[in-house]
Amino acid sequence: MPEKRLQEIESKFEMFQILNEKGEIVNEAAMPDLSDDELVELMERMVYTRIWDQRAISLNRQGRLGFYAPVAGQEASMLGSQFALDKKDWILPGYRDIPQIVWHGLPLYQAFLYSRGHFGGGQIPEDVNVLMPQIIIGAQIVQTAGVALGLKRKGKENIAITYTGDGGASQGDFYEGINFAGAYQAPAVFVVQNNQFAISVPVEQQSAAKTIAQKSVAAGIRGVMVDGMDVLAVYKATKDAREEALKGNGPTLIETYCYRYGPHTMAGDDPTRYRTADLDDEWERKDPLVRFRTLLESKGLWSEEKENEVMERAKEDVKNAIKQADDTPKQKVTELIEFMYESLPDSLEEQWEEYKKKESK
Amino acid sequence: MAQMTMIQAITDAMRTELKNDENVLVFGEDVGQNGGVFRATEGLQKEFGEERVFDTPLAESGITGLAIGLGLTGFRPVMEIQFFGFLFETMDGIAGQMSRMRYRSGGHYHSPITIRSPFGGGVKTPELHADSLEGLMAQTPGIKVVIPSTPYDAKGLLISAIRDNDPVIFLEHMKLYRSFREEVPEEEYTIEIGKADIKREGKDVTIVTYGAMVHTALRAADQLEEEGIDAEIVDLRTISPLDVETVIESVKKTNRAIVVQEAQRQAGIAANVSAEISERAILHLEAPVMRVTAPDTVYAFAEVEDEWIPGEEDIIEKVKASLDF
Repeated sequence: MPEKRLQEIESKFEMFQILNEKGEIVNEAAMPDLSDDELVELMERMVYTRIWDQRAISLNRQGRLGFYAPVAGQEASMLGSQFALDKKDWILPGYRDIPQIVWHGLPLYQAFLYSRGHFGGGQIPEDVNVLMPQIIIGAQIVQTAGVALGLKRKGKENIAITYTGDGGASQGDFYEGINFAGAYQAPAVFVVQNNQFAISVPVEQQSAAKTIAQKSVAAGIRGVMVDGMDVLAVYKATKDAREEALKGNGPTLIETYCYRYGPHTMAGDDPTRYRTADLDDEWERKDPLVRFRTLLESKGLWSEEKENEVMERAKEDVKNAIKQADDTPKQKVTELIEFMYESLPDSLEEQWEEYKKKESK
Repeated sequence: MAQMTMIQAITDAMRTELKNDENVLVFGEDVGQNGGVFRATEGLQKEFGEERVFDTPLAESGITGLAIGLGLTGFRPVMEIQFFGFLFETMDGIAGQMSRMRYRSGGHYHSPITIRSPFGGGVKTPELHADSLEGLMAQTPGIKVVIPSTPYDAKGLLISAIRDNDPVIFLEHMKLYRSFREEVPEEEYTIEIGKADIKREGKDVTIVTYGAMVHTALRAADQLEEEGIDAEIVDLRTISPLDVETVIESVKKTNRAIVVQEAQRQAGIAANVSAEISERAILHLEAPVMRVTAPDTVYAFAEVEDEWIPGEEDIIEKVKASLDF
């Protein structure tokens, strides 16, 4: 009996898809209400982000960027979900989720400063509700429950959304976070981008659970598994989750089933040690940009000319952002000391003086 | 003025700030309906409602994450860790996350959070309840650590902690909760975080300590007085940041220093205080700075904890060793 119940639960988490690999709408009823301009905007963002990702990888190899986690393959998952947000919604990103916070308002040059290990990357502009990329896997998930409860208690019509990966769904903070948000019916959306590998460990080895989405059941919250290479499905699932949250119906866990084409980060990871070329090929045939391009071309909304224009714009923007990052003054140890507390305690005052002396030499 | 125990003073401080600032929220395991396992939040939910004073699910990392998120959205959280030994469950939340919010964002965000937690030995708890883990916290930049020794200090320091825009860990020694009463003003007042207090003036030797050990040291000082030895007792009250100035002033006056802590010896607060004295007042010393601490074992099993925790005799012995040096 328990075995049957488990199978029943698992069978309920089927993949939600709107746009298939061939660029065909396979679920007309679920088609989100997006204008032609919005569809084009979504495509522009995906193309732009892929070019920026390629440039970032190349800048990293030239030693001009620093810490970088490639995003190609995950554009639909990242950008489709962010596109469903209101400007005042909060994003609590993991370390790879730079595209979402940039499209939410963080200037690109600050994302580059973050990569380089400069505090300027964390000095979020006043009107942008995002946190700095989280390094500890899953720590942002419990914080999301807090931000969401805060928004609810302040009577805001906004949600908090957070991102982690398939590995993140094994962390204690994942379970604590979705459980807290559920207990308080807080307006939170938890996105687990299941890109199949936590660095090298395949998702099958993370858990006996067939899907990550089904983990929502234990927390008593809604859960959905979405084709993470389908930008329309990701958008729709996030939009629905957001609306439910704002109606007071609590959080949703969204598993976006996707793939990262590149290495875990640019710091020496070699995916050929744990993935086959066949698997890479299989996933590249599901590419989010290719299928969405096919759809938009069939609607007469996209052209090679348009694509080239976006690519050029992305390259130009990256060039300018790197220049702006280069022009940012080098940080000082005295500044780090100043960021520790609202006002300096005597002990740090003394240490500040020491470094001030060194810095003025 | 009213006579209050330390726990009453703590409740009074929270009540004061819940009244003063609608953004103050008090939460943790059993703090709502039940008023806390030690009754520190007794009556507060009834007075301020379930939106201001509430229970959380049982998960320390979750509670810390909740506090961080509420802090980001304009609230001033006062969270409770039911016993400070449970700190390990949320070490990342506090040391990896909360304490770094201001730094990580280059000053843009902050965590105006107070973490209240009972700790300290002598009350026969099971394991991981009584541990003195303040040293771990004192070594965490970005966080302040306050340990009151009296009801009066507890109220003034807790109000300061709640109003502070940086995270403050406020540790409440279980043995002091109800051990004595003293006059505590019913109106609000604050005591500056980072300032030590001379709990007993003396001229022969300085005893630097904090928490329940302040009272052990006071008892030792009474006995020493009978032998004509006049000890000065510096109650640190805040162990991070440390009030080095008050300690040094006292040592310059008495020329001898004993540092006493309930925690184990290695790399603790006493070691830090001792180093500060050595660096800043070595020529004023007539004897080496000496420490009285617990031994470097895991916190003692309940049956033997009274022998494990430093006592008056240990302090008296070190004071005499210093005087005889």
